[in-house]
Amino acid sequence: MHEMGIILHLAKTLEETAEQEQIKKITRVTLEVGEVSGILTDYFTDCWNYFRRKHPVLESAELDLQTLPAVTFCGNCEKTYPTVQYGRTCPYCGSGETWLLKGNECIIKEIEVED
Amino acid sequence: MKIIELKETITASNDRDAAVLRAELKEKGTLLVNLMASPGAGKTTLLERTIRDLKDEMNIAVMEADVDSDVDAVRIEKIGAKAVQAHTDGMCHMDAGMTRRALEGLGDEPFDLVVLENVGNLICPAEFDTGAGKCVMLLSVPEGDDKPLKYPLMFSVSDVLIITKTDVAPYFDFDFDACIARAKKLNPNITIFKVSAKTGEGFEEWEAWLKSAVKNWKN
Ligand SMILES: Nc1nc2c(ncn2[C@@H]2O[C@H](COP(=O)(O)OP(=O)(O)O)[C@@H](O)[C@H]2O)c(=O)[nH]1
Ligand SMILES: [Mg+2]
Ligand SMILES: [Zn+2]
Repeated sequence: MHEMGIILHLAKTLEETAEQEQIKKITRVTLEVGEVSGILTDYFTDCWNYFRRKHPVLESAELDLQTLPAVTFCGNCEKTYPTVQYGRTCPYCGSGETWLLKGNECIIKEIEVED
Repeated sequence: MKIIELKETITASNDRDAAVLRAELKEKGTLLVNLMASPGAGKTTLLERTIRDLKDEMNIAVMEADVDSDVDAVRIEKIGAKAVQAHTDGMCHMDAGMTRRALEGLGDEPFDLVVLENVGNLICPAEFDTGAGKCVMLLSVPEGDDKPLKYPLMFSVSDVLIITKTDVAPYFDFDFDACIARAKKLNPNITIFKVSAKTGEGFEEWEAWLKSAVKNWKN
């Protein structure tokens, strides 16, 4: 999937923030990753650990991945339910007309920096 | 140690680059269309016919990112439009930076319309703003009418949905009304066309939309 592409964007966003805020070193990056974002967390962390070595601001930044639950909405009975457990079929009415409400996102929640 | 709250999406830096590129293209009067679909949905075929019909009225160029070979670019140049092969660096999508580099490859000629044929897939391209003024997605009849349920983001970010290969509808159980209802539920403002490159059905409507989009972009 697109882990490496996402890491390039993450690094760029972080480097821009570091420059703006005059940060020399980022020591931890906390990401909120949706359960169905398609990001493979182990692979993502491996990619990150390889990538960060080449970037002075990022080289000591550990990744902290926090999972956000995915929620699906049923267009038929208008209830919501956990996506990972039930998938595309509504557990209340059996309808397949269902829509992912959240769980697809990938957000930089916070960073820890050296003073 | 100090904690800084960001609450930014990972693609925030790309979103900023895309916004700058879009403003530059608006200034130049060049409409960039981001064309997205699965492989084989009919992107290049749609472009071939559209260019043939409109090339006397406007200056059109195409940036091909779908495959890392120049077969599609060669097809477009045969029709008589300028085409370049964009380099995705092995990625599953084009982002604003790659789009800017591909545009530079087109040179200084002023184009009214530049179409980016994005990498063939319905997931990754939807997440990355390329700086395009309009996003157009294709869904071909053989892919099925349930795709809005499976790839909701793509349908949400697209300004236009073109359902292609309508000539083969008799062989597939494609429910047009259900597909359109699903797409509209995700994106009430989406404009929908049904076309066939074989029979020419729907091209007049699609091309009328495109012409007015190009004109409006210049204001
Ligand atoms: N029957 C039919 N076939 C089509 C139509 N449009 C494209 N195709 C065929 O679909 C295949 C893939 O088309 P292409 O434009 O290369 O798809 P792309 O990968 O999305 O650029 C080709 O064999 C085309 O001839 C159409 O409207 N009707
Ligand atoms: Mg193609
Ligand atoms: Zn239900």
